[in-house]
Amino acid sequence: MRAYRVYAIEKGTVIDHIPAGKALKVVEILKLDQFNKIVTVGMNLESKKLVRKDIVKIENKNLSKQELNKIALIAPKVTINIIKNHKVDEKFKIEIPDFMENLVICPNPNCISRNEPTSSKFYKTKEKPLTLKCHYCEKGFKDFKLK
Amino acid sequence: MLAFLGFGKNQRFFPKHLNLVYVFRFMTMGKQPSFLSRDIISVNELSKKDIIRILDVAKIMEKNKKPLLNGKVLATLFFEPSTRTRLSFESSMNKLGGKVIGFRNPNVTSFKKGETLWDAINVIEGYSDVIVIRHPMEGAARLASEAAEVPVINAGDGANQHPTQTLLDLYTIKKSQGKITGLKVAIAGDLKYGRTVHSLAHALGLFNCELFFVSPKSLKMPDYIKDDLKEKQIKFSEHEKVSVVIDEADILYATRIQKERFPDPTEYEKVKNAYVIDSSLLKKVKKNLKIMHPLPRVNEIDISIDESGYAYFFEQAHNGIPVRKAILSLVLGKIK
Ligand SMILES: [Zn+2]
Repeated sequence: MRAYRVYAIEKGTVIDHIPAGKALKVVEILKLDQFNKIVTVGMNLESKKLVRKDIVKIENKNLSKQELNKIALIAPKVTINIIKNHKVDEKFKIEIPDFMENLVICPNPNCISRNEPTSSKFYKTKEKPLTLKCHYCEKGFKDFKLK
Repeated sequence: MLAFLGFGKNQRFFPKHLNLVYVFRFMTMGKQPSFLSRDIISVNELSKKDIIRILDVAKIMEKNKKPLLNGKVLATLFFEPSTRTRLSFESSMNKLGGKVIGFRNPNVTSFKKGETLWDAINVIEGYSDVIVIRHPMEGAARLASEAAEVPVINAGDGANQHPTQTLLDLYTIKKSQGKITGLKVAIAGDLKYGRTVHSLAHALGLFNCELFFVSPKSLKMPDYIKDDLKEKQIKFSEHEKVSVVIDEADILYATRIQKERFPDPTEYEKVKNAYVIDSSLLKKVKKNLKIMHPLPRVNEIDISIDESGYAYFFEQAHNGIPVRKAILSLVLGKIK
């Protein structure tokens, strides 16, 4: 029996084990609503690892490193499946990188990165709770907005 | 390391003609941090070794008469006014034979027309060998250092950092006590918003000082500073009255409590006098106690203290000269 009732794709990327309720956030940060290919979203599916999980399948798309980093920031435990010819060609976990460029907006309105045309830069200083430190204003943040 | 190099049993493996003292001196020389072309942006990226080196060179600078920076140009870019810091940098550069260009009022420059800091720095670096920048936004000095090939020194970026102030504070402590390691330092006033006290607490942590934080409840030292100190196993304690800790302290570092920090002015009225240092507090203090203040003071330190022998804030301000001379000479490679 198939684990979930979301139909299989021929070629593309499956983002699996998204914590329940975060699928739409993943769609939003990847701007998949503006993507003109087929995107399937499954929510509150049963999972062995999580009580409930979400899943996002994107046809004919490979995610860039930057896109994977974005996903890691909102849902660090997801599994990425690369599908080719209806089969899983590659499967891996993603991690929050130690250094992030142009991924997060500095929450400090008086930070130079908010006031000059420069890319933001952040370091991961703590995993739990996730704390990012701004390269410019040197402040640490637990809440942040993605660019 | 020493044992390996020829103390004790290994001595006989060591070539006779090599003088151990000489070798040891050579080793420590090689380990000295290089400051050539280095940006001085944040105390957080200075190691204990870096700090010791800067303070040692500052001591040399007190007696230096050589025009070490002859032919060099310093650009002082003050995007917000800070007369004392600017004069201190300019005086240091002049005393070392260098020249100073710059501005103290961004309103008359192209920044008002919307030029980015990035572009401005790229232009100005062509006119100078070293840049000192003061800017109202946090991270501005870091960005300037990324735009410039020449070394950039942060003279204050918003509420973030002012590393030369911290270094002159450390130099002052060392000069007045003969050492920094192991001292008991009381830091009083606005500990929540004061960037000076944040950087100072961090730096004193590197020297294993015991810290007393004295502030009103609403202006306590932020958690991230305290967490950092806990991680380094630095002893510290929090208090609401200077009188509780002053008898134990080697240094009392007083800072201003600003009225604007209190949403309720009656709250300010209640606490403001609790942080005034006057001679009644000094009856049982240690003989070596020195009272510091980054200045300007308003009423935190009563003028009766000035003649007490404990006052040290004017010396502290003057120490800005040797410390800034040292930093300029080091980043320009004139002292190696
Ligand atoms: Zn920032």
